[in-house]
Amino acid sequence: MLRPRIIPSLLVQDKGLVKTVGFSNPKYVGDPINVVRIFNEKLVDELAIYDIDATVRGHEPDYRMLENLAVESRMPLCYGGGVKTVEQVKTIIGLGIEKVAISSAAVSNPNLIADAAEAVGSQSVVVVLDVKPRPRGSVYEVWTHNGKVNTKRTMLEVAAEAEKLGAGEIVVNAIEKDGQMKGYDLELARQINAASKVPVTILGGAGSLAHIEELIRNFGVIGIAAGSLFVFKGVYRAVLVNYPTIKERDQLLQGLVQLA
Amino acid sequence: MITIINYGLGNVQAFANLYKRMSVPAKIATGATDLDGATKLILPGVGAFDHAIELLDASGMREVVDDLVMNRKVPVLGVCVGMQILAGSSDEGKLAGLGWIEGRVRRFDESRLPRPARLPHMGWNDVVPKNGVRLFEGLEQDSRFYFLHSYYFDCASNDNVLATSEYGMAFNCAVGSNNIYGVQFHPEKSHNYGMRLLKNFAEL
Repeated sequence: MLRPRIIPSLLVQDKGLVKTVGFSNPKYVGDPINVVRIFNEKLVDELAIYDIDATVRGHEPDYRMLENLAVESRMPLCYGGGVKTVEQVKTIIGLGIEKVAISSAAVSNPNLIADAAEAVGSQSVVVVLDVKPRPRGSVYEVWTHNGKVNTKRTMLEVAAEAEKLGAGEIVVNAIEKDGQMKGYDLELARQINAASKVPVTILGGAGSLAHIEELIRNFGVIGIAAGSLFVFKGVYRAVLVNYPTIKERDQLLQGLVQLA
Repeated sequence: MITIINYGLGNVQAFANLYKRMSVPAKIATGATDLDGATKLILPGVGAFDHAIELLDASGMREVVDDLVMNRKVPVLGVCVGMQILAGSSDEGKLAGLGWIEGRVRRFDESRLPRPARLPHMGWNDVVPKNGVRLFEGLEQDSRFYFLHSYYFDCASNDNVLATSEYGMAFNCAVGSNNIYGVQFHPEKSHNYGMRLLKNFAEL
């Protein structure tokens, strides 16, 4: 049986890992390689790493860091941040990263999705959409540049276009839930899950395994991403890298097994 | 020595690292002369079928690899797209594959997938090996591997099927013929399950 994927999603800034709240106030979490090593030991399903400086500062991806991460990681890796050209996509895949995430370029230059899918295959092309609901509504809009620029385009419209162009996965990141640890936006998950024919992953808001279980119970096989949950412990947000054991993960699936 | 073929696709270094961890000698080949002394070959791959064939052609290693595998019967393990190019052809591309194992790579039939039909098949799934397949020794029960693909290997002969998995239908996730092996999933990214499989390959 295919299992839902539980995906620690880490942010890189100035070569260190950080965690934000509402896309602001980055707190240092640790050295990327060390954290990857810890996640190896914890037999993590999959790992996503986003460079939050690259697009804003107009950086190239940090290829040396990516190569080191790919070498160290015994789990699949997704990288996002500052990816603008198909050459960059090919380089990153060539370094041994399984998936490349396209974010702001998915809106500014959607043909990149098609070119990337043609070059490396749809399965390796992820589109990440940072989204926020319109005031007093359940229509989600896509924002770029770390949640500062409103594209005024709806999530469903951008996601449908990305899928048509060849994206192999859609990740939606709920800006307002980032770092809150109070649970996922289930309405957001419902909308994107119902509209997509590629795997979807929900990011933003997880604060406990119960929140993960809630997504599984509602949506079955879905990508479940979290940042704070897997790097902080306790009300004072002490840094402690953690992840459910295989047994705990299997327990989270029990509702799903009965459905199947 | 186990020789990992670096033709510009796939995580060659991840394989090398795992073998280092297991204290199994392994090296990476980036050109034809690096293939001297290869006793086992690993053919990794990520991405599209035609791109993989083009890169293998451009690497200058294809002829030597072909000779090692077909004439000198050196065991080879193709991984992901490295497995798919063992076939003669693919729905995904126009180029001919290596044709070492008879069959065609096909796209999952969306009408047979669970609703809503999602491709690619992405994530950890159970793998059911056939009885007595040495590549899966110790992995007969409760083994799971990471998959990332929309195409699967449709073998001409059931004898070439070493293991199956299930996504809407049973599909072949490991194939083999004499000294030639291929797995659709990523053992290099499947933690201890993948390490066991790579160890088994080393010990064949």
